[in-house]
Amino acid sequence: MSALYLLVLASIVVAGFFLMAFIWSVRSNQYEDKQGAAIRMLQDDEIKSIN
Amino acid sequence: MPTTEQERSTIIISKPVKKEATKCYHCGTDCITNTIAIEGKIFCCEGCKLVYEILNENGLCDYYKLQSHPGLSQIKATRSDKFAYLDNEDIASKLYKFTDGNNTMVTFYIPGVHCASCMWLLEHMNKLDSGITESRLNFTNKEVTIRFLQQKISIRKIVELLTTIGYEPYISLDDAEQKKSKNYDKKLIYKLGVAGFCFGNIMLMSFPEYLSMDKGIENQYAFLFRILNLVLSLPVFFYSASEFFSSAWAGLKQKILNIDAPIVLALIITFSRSVYEIATNTGSGYLDSMSGIVFFMLVGRVVQERTYRSISFHRDYKSYFPIAVNVITKDGIVSKNLQDLQEKDIVELHNDEIIPADAIVVKGNARIDYSFVTGESEPVMIETGKQVYAGGKQTGEKITIQIVKPVAGSYLTSLWNHHSFTKNKIEKNNRDSIIHVMSKYFTIVLFTLATATAIYWWMHDPSKILPSVSAMLIVACPCALLLAATYTNGNLLRLLSNNGLYLRDATVIEQLGDVSHVVFDKTGTLTQGSKQFHSTGHQMTETEKSWIYNIASHSKHPYSKALVKFLGAYPIVTAEKWEEHTGKGLYAEVAGNIIKIGSASFTGIAHENENNKPALYISINDKVTAFYITTEFRDDIPQMIPVLHNRYGLSLLSGDNDRQRERLEGIFGKSSELLFEQKPIDKLQYIEKLQKKGQKVLMMGDGLNDAGALQQSNVGVTLADDINNFTPSCDAILDARKFGKFPALLRLAHSGRYIIYFSFFISILYNIVGLSISMQGKMSPMIAAILMPVSTLSIVLITTGLGSVIAKRLHLSLKAS
Repeated sequence: MSALYLLVLASIVVAGFFLMAFIWSVRSNQYEDKQGAAIRMLQDDEIKSIN
Repeated sequence: MPTTEQERSTIIISKPVKKEATKCYHCGTDCITNTIAIEGKIFCCEGCKLVYEILNENGLCDYYKLQSHPGLSQIKATRSDKFAYLDNEDIASKLYKFTDGNNTMVTFYIPGVHCASCMWLLEHMNKLDSGITESRLNFTNKEVTIRFLQQKISIRKIVELLTTIGYEPYISLDDAEQKKSKNYDKKLIYKLGVAGFCFGNIMLMSFPEYLSMDKGIENQYAFLFRILNLVLSLPVFFYSASEFFSSAWAGLKQKILNIDAPIVLALIITFSRSVYEIATNTGSGYLDSMSGIVFFMLVGRVVQERTYRSISFHRDYKSYFPIAVNVITKDGIVSKNLQDLQEKDIVELHNDEIIPADAIVVKGNARIDYSFVTGESEPVMIETGKQVYAGGKQTGEKITIQIVKPVAGSYLTSLWNHHSFTKNKIEKNNRDSIIHVMSKYFTIVLFTLATATAIYWWMHDPSKILPSVSAMLIVACPCALLLAATYTNGNLLRLLSNNGLYLRDATVIEQLGDVSHVVFDKTGTLTQGSKQFHSTGHQMTETEKSWIYNIASHSKHPYSKALVKFLGAYPIVTAEKWEEHTGKGLYAEVAGNIIKIGSASFTGIAHENENNKPALYISINDKVTAFYITTEFRDDIPQMIPVLHNRYGLSLLSGDNDRQRERLEGIFGKSSELLFEQKPIDKLQYIEKLQKKGQKVLMMGDGLNDAGALQQSNVGVTLADDINNFTPSCDAILDARKFGKFPALLRLAHSGRYIIYFSFFISILYNIVGLSISMQGKMSPMIAAILMPVSTLSIVLITTGLGSVIAKRLHLSLKAS
């Protein structure tokens, strides 16, 4: 039944991965301007972003 | 020329039927002529055409494809040296966010941003000038961040470029003093994310325990899951819940038992009991319920801390004042920082510029618009040598003034030194909040029950004292009360903002619901900006009207503009002669006729001003038409005031004179107090007086002159025609178009308290079930794990559902418009 140990560990790692992704998205100001992103997405000729 | 009411109504000039007007290709304004055109595209003015030409040259005409008529009207010309002060490195460097001498970053607030085209154009600034390396717009905040090379382009050039294409940045004294951007609470979001992650996983790890029921799972796995749960709960307890710890601690330090204190107590007991159970291998603890409740409470906080980032509630006079002024020195005109402005400095002031400090007029025709400071709607003429006050706006020609008082010591700015500006309204609102009062009683009842249980078990089976009492404290955590309050407030904030009322924070809701007296400001609040005309005397023919229309349309005076708007649209007529006499009127000759538009003396009429109303005269070959100008009340006022009068005491404070007293008395009724010629400090003191009588006062105003009253009142509401405009510091901003809904919005806020009561009652029922189980010592983690989400969910449903039902019954819209 040691497979259970492995699975539990794997599930935690995967979940942790998503937590990191969430923290990264907040840190990189993705929630800063929600309206702007929605408009920018539809425009061509994108320019580099300022962080 | 006195006329009866009936006579007057017959000679009111009827509006001509609108001819199908061409819309300006740039800004969508109806074009007066079709002559301003390029490549078959018609513009309303030279300004708009210029913007088109610039964009066309630089291949940026996609601007017009994203949205039709995306531009802003350019009819108001900007003085060419308006931004000259930015050449002063001292001033400019205060605006820089970053600079290495060449590579520089700067952020501007641009009020005009409104659509996808704006964003596209502002993010393609690098195509307009090679000195700009990149530009990025934060649409929500209306802030554009521009990176540029100082060797290639100056900050002044950038600001002028922005102004030319119709996006004039707003630069004020505030920009120079603080660089902190208004950020939302990122920490709270992190805490929420962490709590959500841990809660989900703990739930998952707890399932084997729940499902095994009484049999128990194999020991090795039970231990694994429990240890994992414990590890996962550490960030919840020590990081996510720190929100509540710090708030409870802050309360205790001030000797206040706020709602967070019993919650923290419950969290600590839950956590330590769980650790004890896991360590002694006697049970699995209640870590799942604990992390769940922390998660839901944090969600409630986030919902409640809804912020409107493009709106500012904390403006003082600094946001209105310019960052620099032109000072005349021996070496010519120098831009000087406003903070460095000293007494005896001589300042040059152009049209529409604000007087930075109390001063004396040295030269020029001063026509000062004090509407911002006093609420008086008409500009006043000030003779040379007389004093003018900070905050007034010069209208008309350039004047020179000498400063007599420093900026901070001026008449207007000294208002901010009043003690009402030092108190923290949010803290006070919070302290008075109903949930803290309720939680206090709740805690007392809880401790009584806990003691009773302890005594009972002490007599029967002392070994059960600790488990049953701790279980009780865990179950009876007043988190339900906090949840009820946060979700109710969050939902009400959403409903109110959908109906045009934007609150600074959730603590305002309760204050709004408790209001007993409403005080109105007149100018700008009850009356509208636009003016109405009534004419008497010579009735003009259509041809004559077309002359007047053409003559007036060339003038930028507000009366001329209003006159043009009133007359409607007419074809072009060329005048043989056209002169504007600033401060007097217009003189023109059309087809051999002498036409004068302006004041009584200018048009050669003996002063015959009926009812002391400001009037405009038109004389065509000495045939005179008099135009009476009345400021109109907002449409909703006559219906709204009586509705409010049924429930609240009403007062009116006006900075204006009492020429409209009769009309206002008709609307407000005899029992309301109407006060005229009120100075800003009078308004503040009037509110204070009402409060001493035990009234909860709501002040509704619009200008800086109301700033003191707004601050002193329990709820200060600013009425704004455009919510992104500059509003004085206040608790709430009401969209002027939604003014008619105001009584309904007040009732909705009032209902908040009852929604909280009701959902709290429901959660008490859950608590009684939980308590009765735990008092018998039968509480299992599984029951706790079911009770917690079910009670939370029902509270969320009840609060949102009830709020929406009440809003619907008050005929308010549920969705954002």
